[in-house]
Amino acid sequence: MSDGKLVGVVLVSHSAAVAASVAELAKGLAGAGSAVPVAPAGGTEGGGFGTSAELISAAAASVDRGAGVAVLTDLGSAVLTVKALLAEGDELPAHTRLVDAPFVEGAVAAVVTASTGADLATVEAAATEAYTYRKA
Amino acid sequence: MLDADFFHRWMTVTAASVDREAERLTALDSPIGDADHGTNLQRGFRAVRDALDKEPPATPGAVLTQAGRLLISTVGGASGPLYGTLLRRAGKTLGDAAEVDERRLAEALRAGVDAVMQLGGAAPGDKTMIDALVPAVDALGDSFAAARDAAAEGAVATTPLRARKGRASYLGERSVGHQDPGATSAALLIAALVDASADTEAGGE
Repeated sequence: MSDGKLVGVVLVSHSAAVAASVAELAKGLAGAGSAVPVAPAGGTEGGGFGTSAELISAAAASVDRGAGVAVLTDLGSAVLTVKALLAEGDELPAHTRLVDAPFVEGAVAAVVTASTGADLATVEAAATEAYTYRKA
Repeated sequence: MLDADFFHRWMTVTAASVDREAERLTALDSPIGDADHGTNLQRGFRAVRDALDKEPPATPGAVLTQAGRLLISTVGGASGPLYGTLLRRAGKTLGDAAEVDERRLAEALRAGVDAVMQLGGAAPGDKTMIDALVPAVDALGDSFAAARDAAAEGAVATTPLRARKGRASYLGERSVGHQDPGATSAALLIAALVDASADTEAGGE
């Protein structure tokens, strides 16, 4: 389905630093040369802790290559804002999905999977599967 | 009948109430939240007021849909998507009608409240805005004043509850004894219906 186009990944956190760092980590673990478009959308436009619908919309538009966009979030207003934007219908690119996944582990799984040219459903499944890895 | 001007006034009065009560909302949000409810809602409803004043929408549905969209994009906290969804869903339910009666408004708000419960996963008794909104919508069939009183009572009644949604839920038992900020601001929104309609009857702005 992807005909060479890569799924984009958006990482939404209450903190700009967390979103940017997780994006960097996921891209780093996907390996050098990975062309997966990944964009952080962290904090408010003013640089504080919170969620910005504008930053999320801009990030999603920036990673849309036509193969769909997977959005991962941390908690609370990040989840609710993405859901509200999806319900709006025209605020996010077509084939944008809120992925139910742990933020850090899910981001790594999503970006690594997207780097193989997998489609959106496969990227989503890989990110969600990260929940099943038990640490203790 | 309620026209676009009425809905515009409803939003304007809400913006003024939120301005007036912002410090109190933030104070309520300090012990059990992250102390930003007042400032977040103030930013959102000021944006709504300014946008509606600049270009007044032609129908009741359009007023609420636009207000909801703006709240989602400007508030910056969970109350943005929640209030935004409430108003946007209510606005979409009203459709393109130039005027609606009180019964239609009650139905539309009911649809909005249902959408909020679906979005946030909260039910009555979870110590959220739902605890003010559900009794308010139930009382809307009687009068705006009855809805205002029901919302205010619902907000006060959140004090002994233990929070089960949002950041306050992490506090467990420690959330008991504090009035919920979201239920408090929801009561302001409902109270503004009374003031908006009083202006109609007085024939004023």
